[in-house]
Amino acid sequence: MTVAATFEIRFTRYLDPTGREAAPLPSFAADARALLPDYRAMVFMRALDAKAIAMQRTGQIGTYASTLGKEAIDAGIGAVLAPNDVLLPSYRESGILMLRGVSPHRTLLYWGGDERGNVFPESPHDFPFNVPIASQMPHAAGVAYAMKLRREPRVALAMCGDGATSKGDFYEAINAAGAWKLPMVVVVVNNQYAISVPRRMQSAAQTLAQKAIAAGIACEQVDGNDLIAVRDAVGRAVELARTGRGPTLLEALTYRLSDHTTADDATRYRSADELKEQWKEEPILRLRSWLHAKGAWSPTDEQALAKDAQMHVQKMVQAYLDTPPPGSEQMFEHLYARLPRQYQSQVAELTQQEERDVEHHAG
Amino acid sequence: MSSITLVEAVNLALSRAMEDDDRVVVLGEDVGINGGVFRATAGLQQRFGAERVADTPLAEGLIAGMAVGMAAEGLRPVAEIQFAGFAYTAIDQILNHAGRLRHRTQGRLSCPMVLRTPCGAGIHAPEHHSESPEAMFAHIPGIRVVYPSSPAKAYGLLLASIADPDPVVFLEPSRLYRRFKEEVEDDGEPLPVDQAFIAREGTDVTLVAWGAMLYESLKAADELAGDGHFAEVIDLATLKPIDYDTVLESVKKTGRCVVVSEAPRTASLASEISANISERALLSLLAPVERVTAWDTVTPMFRLEERYMPNAARIVGAARKVLEYQ
Ligand SMILES: Cc1ncc(C[n+]2csc(CCOP(=O)(O)OP(=O)(O)O)c2C)c(N)n1
Repeated sequence: MTVAATFEIRFTRYLDPTGREAAPLPSFAADARALLPDYRAMVFMRALDAKAIAMQRTGQIGTYASTLGKEAIDAGIGAVLAPNDVLLPSYRESGILMLRGVSPHRTLLYWGGDERGNVFPESPHDFPFNVPIASQMPHAAGVAYAMKLRREPRVALAMCGDGATSKGDFYEAINAAGAWKLPMVVVVVNNQYAISVPRRMQSAAQTLAQKAIAAGIACEQVDGNDLIAVRDAVGRAVELARTGRGPTLLEALTYRLSDHTTADDATRYRSADELKEQWKEEPILRLRSWLHAKGAWSPTDEQALAKDAQMHVQKMVQAYLDTPPPGSEQMFEHLYARLPRQYQSQVAELTQQEERDVEHHAG
Repeated sequence: MSSITLVEAVNLALSRAMEDDDRVVVLGEDVGINGGVFRATAGLQQRFGAERVADTPLAEGLIAGMAVGMAAEGLRPVAEIQFAGFAYTAIDQILNHAGRLRHRTQGRLSCPMVLRTPCGAGIHAPEHHSESPEAMFAHIPGIRVVYPSSPAKAYGLLLASIADPDPVVFLEPSRLYRRFKEEVEDDGEPLPVDQAFIAREGTDVTLVAWGAMLYESLKAADELAGDGHFAEVIDLATLKPIDYDTVLESVKKTGRCVVVSEAPRTASLASEISANISERALLSLLAPVERVTAWDTVTPMFRLEERYMPNAARIVGAARKVLEYQ
C-alpha cells in the first residue's frame, strides 16, 4: 500500500486564555491600540446580550438566542469583512451585523417577533437571520457564484454552528464551493453544543475543519476566543476568496456560555463545573488582559466603556420600544413585488375581522 | 388514571409503547438527555437507554430516512422532528420512500414508522417555529396523517400510530401541549386512526376542525348557541384518510358546514373537505360550504400571529353567513 494523500489541520492561536502571547503576533496587532475598536465592540455585544435576556425574562421580547462567549468571533469577522461583501448569518450573529452598521435594535425586533428585525438598511446585501439550520449555506454558494460570474472582488461569508455541519446543506454547499472555486468563506462557530447535543455526538470527525478536506477546499481551526486569531484567520480566508484563490472553511473553537436560547435550560445536560472551566477561556477577559499588559487599556477606560455601553444599550432598547407595532396588513406587504389581485378578498376579510374585533372590544 | 397535559400524554404513550414492544425506538434531535425541547421524550432515555432513545446528528433528512430503514428492517421507529418548519427536508424521504416502499416492493418491504412533530402557531415562538404543513403531508400517498386535539386523543392516537403497519405523520399542536389537563388512563388502548370524533352535537351547522382550531370552534359553538343556533363540532383527528362518513352524516343532518383550518387557504385540507362535501352532499346543503383558514401568507412572526390564525369570532362570522344564506 502507498499513501495516496495526506492532510493536516492547522490551529491558530495568538493569545492564551490568560491573555499572554502564545505566538508572534500578526502585523495588524503590532499596535495594541489598533484593536481597541474590536474590544469595545465585544463589550457592547455583551451588554446588549445581557439586556436582551433580561427583556425576554420580562416579556418585552420573545425567545432569544444569546451570543455570550462568541464576541471575539463576531468582532473579528466584523473587522475584516468589507461593506460590499455579503454576510449570511445564522440566528446568532447580531454582533457581526452591528459591526456592519445594522442598528442593534433590529435584533430586539427580530426576537420580539417582528419582521422588521430583518430589515438591514445599513447593510442591504446581507442576508436575514437564518433559523432553519444550515439552509443559508447553499445561498452563500449562490451569492459567491454571482460575484464570481461578474468578476467582482467580493466575498460571501456564511456562518453556522457545529450542529449545522451535520446537515446535507452544509456539505453540499462546501462541495460546490470547491468545485467552482467560489469566493466563499464558511465560519463554523463550534460552541460545543447543538442545543443539548455535544459536539462529539454530532460527528466522529476529529475536527470539523477537516470536512473541508473532503470538499477540496482550504481549512483551518482557530481559537474562537482569541480575537487576534479570528481576525488573522478570517482575514487570510477572505483575502484568498477575494483574489480568486478559492473558498475556506474555518472552524472557530469557542463555548456557548449561555443556554441555547432563553427557552432552554442547559443545566439539564451539562455540568456546572464544565461551564465554570469554560469561563476561564472567555474572549473579553482574554483580550482585556492583553490590552492591559500592553498598556493600551486601564481600569478607568473600562469604567468609561461600561457606562458608554449601558447608554448605547438603553438607546437601542428605546428605539425598539418606540417602533410602532406592526399593522396586520404587514402580512400581505412584501409577499410579492405586487400583491396579486386574487389576494384582495383575503385582505378585505382581514380588514373586516379587525373591525369586528374592535367592535367586539368596544361592545 | 391521572390528569395530564397533551405533551405528557405523548410521553406516556411513548413510554407505554416502548415498555410493551422492544422494537419501538425513539430518535431525533435533543430527544435524549434533554427530553426534547418540549419535554415530550423526558425520562425516556434514562428508562430505556441511549440505544432505544437516540439523539441524532442535526439532520432531518437523516432522521426521516433512517426511520425508513429501521422500519423496513423490523423496528418501530418514532422519529421526532423538532418543529414542523424543519420537516421540509424530511418530506423528501416521506414522499419518495416512506409512502411508497410497500408499493414499490409490492409488499415485500414496509414502513411502519411514525414521524412526530409539533406544529401550529400561538406560542410566541421564533420565525419558522409556527408552521401548519398538514396539507403538504396529506398530499402524500401511502401515509396517514394524524392530528390529536387533547391529552386522551394524543395518547390513544399515538399508540395506534405506532402500531399501524404503515407510515404515520403525527402532528402535535404545540399550542395545546400545556393548555389543559385531562384524565388519561395508561391502559395501552389505542384510538382508531380512521375516525373523526363528534366533539359536540348540534343540529344547525357543522363545524369541522382539528387540533387547536377545535377549541376556537367550540367557543364559536358556545357563542352561536347564545343566538339559538346549535352547531355540531367535529374533531377530524385523522387528516389522511379522512373519515367522510362522519362528516357527511353530520352535514346531511345540518345542511350547513364551516371548515376551520390554521393552515393557509389555497390547496388546503379545508378546500379538500369542502370539495368532498360539495360532491357528495350537494343536495343536502342549504348553503355553500365556508372555509375559515389562515391567510395565504407566510406564517408571520409572533407579533401578528393572533391576526393570522382563525379565531372564534371569524368562525362565528362564517357560521352566521351559512346560517343566514338564502
Ligand atoms: C433544520 C433545523 N432543524 C432544527 C432546528 C432547531 N434548532 C435550532 S438551533 C438548533 C441547534 C443548532 O446547533 P448549532 O448548529 O451547533 O448552532 P448553535 O445554536 O449552537 O449556535 C436546533 C436543533 C432548526 N432551527 N433548524
